[in-house]
Amino acid sequence: MSNSSGTQPRITSVEEVKAALGDRLLDSFHKDDLWLRVRTDAWKSSMRALRDTLGFHYFCFLSAIDWMPSPYGRGEDDPTEPAPVRDTTIRQGYAGGASRMQVFVRVSNPVTHVSVIVKVDVPDDSLTLESIHDVYAGANWHERETHEMFGIVFSGHPDLRNMYLPSDFEGHPLRKDYPLLARMIKPWPGIVDVEPLPGGSEGGDEE
Amino acid sequence: MSITDRVLGDRERLAYIAGQAADSRLNVELETEGMTLNIGPQHPATHGTLRIIARLDGEQVVWAEPSCGYMHRGYEKLAEVRTYPQVTTLVNRIDWLGSFANEVPFILAAEKLMDVEAPARAQHIRTILFELSRIANVSLFLGDLGVQMGAITPVFFAFRDREYVLNLIEGATGGRFHPNFDRIGGLKDDLPKGWIAETKAVMKKLRTFCDQIDELLFGNEIFQSRTRGIGVIPRDIALQYGLSGANLRASGVDWDLRRDHALPMAWNKVDWKVWTHPDGDSFARCWVRLQETREATKIVDQLLDTIPGGPIMAKVPKIIKVPEGEAWVSTENPLGEMGYYVVSRGELGPFRVKIRSASFNNISVTPWVLRGVYVPDIVTILASLYFILGDIDR
Amino acid sequence: MSKVMGELSMLTVTLALDVPYWGQSLLRVLGGIVAVLLPAGTIVYVFLFKMMSFMQSRLGPMEAGPYGSLQLVAEVGKWLQKEDIVPERADARIFKIAPIVVLVSTFLLVAVVPFGPDAWFTNFEAGIFYALAVSSLSVLGILMAGWASANKYSLLGGLRAAGQLIAYELPMVLAVIGVIIQAETMNLQQIVLAQNAGSIFGFSGLGSPYIITQFVGFMVFMVAIQAELTQAPFDMPIAESELVSGYMTEYSGFRFLIFFIGEFATAGVFSLIASVLFLGGWGVPFAWFGWTDVNSVDKWMNLVGPVIMITKMMLVAFLIMWVRFSYPRFREDQLQKFAWKVLIPVSLGNIAATSVFKVVM
Repeated sequence: MSNSSGTQPRITSVEEVKAALGDRLLDSFHKDDLWLRVRTDAWKSSMRALRDTLGFHYFCFLSAIDWMPSPYGRGEDDPTEPAPVRDTTIRQGYAGGASRMQVFVRVSNPVTHVSVIVKVDVPDDSLTLESIHDVYAGANWHERETHEMFGIVFSGHPDLRNMYLPSDFEGHPLRKDYPLLARMIKPWPGIVDVEPLPGGSEGGDEE
Repeated sequence: MSITDRVLGDRERLAYIAGQAADSRLNVELETEGMTLNIGPQHPATHGTLRIIARLDGEQVVWAEPSCGYMHRGYEKLAEVRTYPQVTTLVNRIDWLGSFANEVPFILAAEKLMDVEAPARAQHIRTILFELSRIANVSLFLGDLGVQMGAITPVFFAFRDREYVLNLIEGATGGRFHPNFDRIGGLKDDLPKGWIAETKAVMKKLRTFCDQIDELLFGNEIFQSRTRGIGVIPRDIALQYGLSGANLRASGVDWDLRRDHALPMAWNKVDWKVWTHPDGDSFARCWVRLQETREATKIVDQLLDTIPGGPIMAKVPKIIKVPEGEAWVSTENPLGEMGYYVVSRGELGPFRVKIRSASFNNISVTPWVLRGVYVPDIVTILASLYFILGDIDR
Repeated sequence: MSKVMGELSMLTVTLALDVPYWGQSLLRVLGGIVAVLLPAGTIVYVFLFKMMSFMQSRLGPMEAGPYGSLQLVAEVGKWLQKEDIVPERADARIFKIAPIVVLVSTFLLVAVVPFGPDAWFTNFEAGIFYALAVSSLSVLGILMAGWASANKYSLLGGLRAAGQLIAYELPMVLAVIGVIIQAETMNLQQIVLAQNAGSIFGFSGLGSPYIITQFVGFMVFMVAIQAELTQAPFDMPIAESELVSGYMTEYSGFRFLIFFIGEFATAGVFSLIASVLFLGGWGVPFAWFGWTDVNSVDKWMNLVGPVIMITKMMLVAFLIMWVRFSYPRFREDQLQKFAWKVLIPVSLGNIAATSVFKVVM
């Protein structure tokens, strides 16, 4: 009943993907899913190659990750006390990275059901990236949301205005240095709630 | 262009060509005299606070665009300050009609990162509850379809029959709308006594309901003339915009994540069918959802007969710290493909959660598909695309 | 004039009272008001509150009075005590007059409906012609409401309504022409008599209700009045899921109450007219009692006639409401196509067939 290629791309298609991208591919990682990282200046052409030569027609989503650990920790600081100093060294995840922000896209092949996640570094100084809305039409709205949440400018996008937030909103909320305002106003009253195992020992431990 | 040649009339074909040409320039300044009509955000038709700005020429839409964000709650930011078990409370409320289904992909992603698999019994019951939430969600859609088009009676049947399903979900999980039942490593509790027999009876009732809707609504000539050939979305447009679920299958793409992706759930243990339709119009989308609901009742019936014994929860530590890594899991939710991209740094809570909700992509196609349609068709097309505001706005 | 005096004295004889002329006119006016509001109230309670609820497997209003029978009183009271809001940019005078125009057309319409051999408000030769003419006044009221509201939804609703109502006037008129040809008169009282005193192929046990001989005309008439009343499946002008409330969006309180009453009163009055034209009106087949013409009908028919009329009206209104609760709505262009391409040719064919039969037989 199941046509299961699963989330494991077949070994041959991993090689195909790497061959099709050629030197645009900087790094890759394979564990159940396939992660690829491409060169920033070859972003649009890589996506076009994936769509046209490998048949990845289905556009799943586009978003960004801010790899800087939050200077506010987990939002449990007491705002009346001075903020503790935290380690904010940037460390990227699978398939490496060379910048604080990375944009990542997931596309799938509707026939073979193989999917890839493609990451690209966004240069720290300009925070600009090519828009791929003419490669995948659905990227239009996703790029708008990423722009409003992270402040990444997608060059060539026809209509880069806010998706969710009012047009006069200042700041980019999903960046790690943008605080969660509710936690800044008063200390968070909740303790970490740990549920006991069914039939196991009692829980209710604090952090 | 075979789909367009087959079902489109001249007006639709021209609209499709115009749409292709103007596709990348959504902010084209149109010179035509037109009236700008705001549909929403407070409006009886939209499933929540969605605002559509339409520029009209008489009764025809020249340009239409939805404006979302009235319900944006910032879940991705909130998830970063929660622990993993706490995120399920947030995530219940994304698609609030089929809310158990929202928890599952997140839990599966966390389990993937922890390299933990829920025991077979838990997987089985997760699948049952998942399909029940699909039935609850889509039966409301079927009733609501009538209301959008003026048939006020089917929605009462839908609510009445949906109550049975909600009672079942409440019986098992304790919550009708927001069960918050899934845990990393299994489920919170086992099923209560007598639940299985009752669920079987309810599935029979739901099948009767589906037949009633088939006769009352889908067989009605007016409904057919309102939906056939309206809002045709060809296959390649559907793929480009990332339409998923019934919307994609109604455009002829044979892809169901339950069948085609291997997940630690019980779908591959039962015998069921994936429904597609070649037309890609509003009728196709509604029809595919009706068939899927019927299919879901059959899946639940088969699953109920084969629940394995065993524990309901795997051995996981009391305080859950998910090891470092990234994982993506998506499932075939009632609305479409819903997925979570979880980035973990080995802490108590996630580093970044990207929530890929189905309705966001489903609605992103509306500027394309609403070009050149009549005002009443706006409502029909939106109704057939089926979105939940919480799913669009997160 | 003497004819009128003669008929008035007959009324005096019926009621065994000596009522002066001004008293008779007053009675007629009150009777007219009752004849409009009673059907409206009954239809709203029986069909809208109860029948619709039972069809949707729920109970409907049950709190106000036994089985919710006083719900109407509660609703009227609620609407009456609301604030009178006129939008700032609306054309105030037209905005205020519009609902009254709609309601007035209903009162004018009921003036020609006969309730008994002597129990009528007016009885003149051009009865049905007058009725059809006057029923189109409501279109004016709706258009006025749509334009004067200074609201895009209302405007769209008003324009849709105008297009729809004018398009469906024609099938209504054409359907009635078949009846006129068969009855050889436009006077509604004569039409009733022709049905009840007539016979089908010599069999007079049922009279000759035109629903049997003019079945096609009846169907066309029913569809046309469904559209004239802007009921589903023809309720584009008030399409609730698109236009909020169409031309009635800006109306609240007392003015909305007038629209509401007007909608169901017009439904009632059209049902009355349909039962006069097709179901035999206030009468039962004369053959049952051995009557031959209006003068030989017993006087107690003046009291029983209205009851029979109400019953027949409820039957026709049941059909209208049943279809309303079951069907989704047409789109505007499908609606127009249906009127011009289906109903009008069918009714023209009906007229041709009726004329042929009339001449031949």
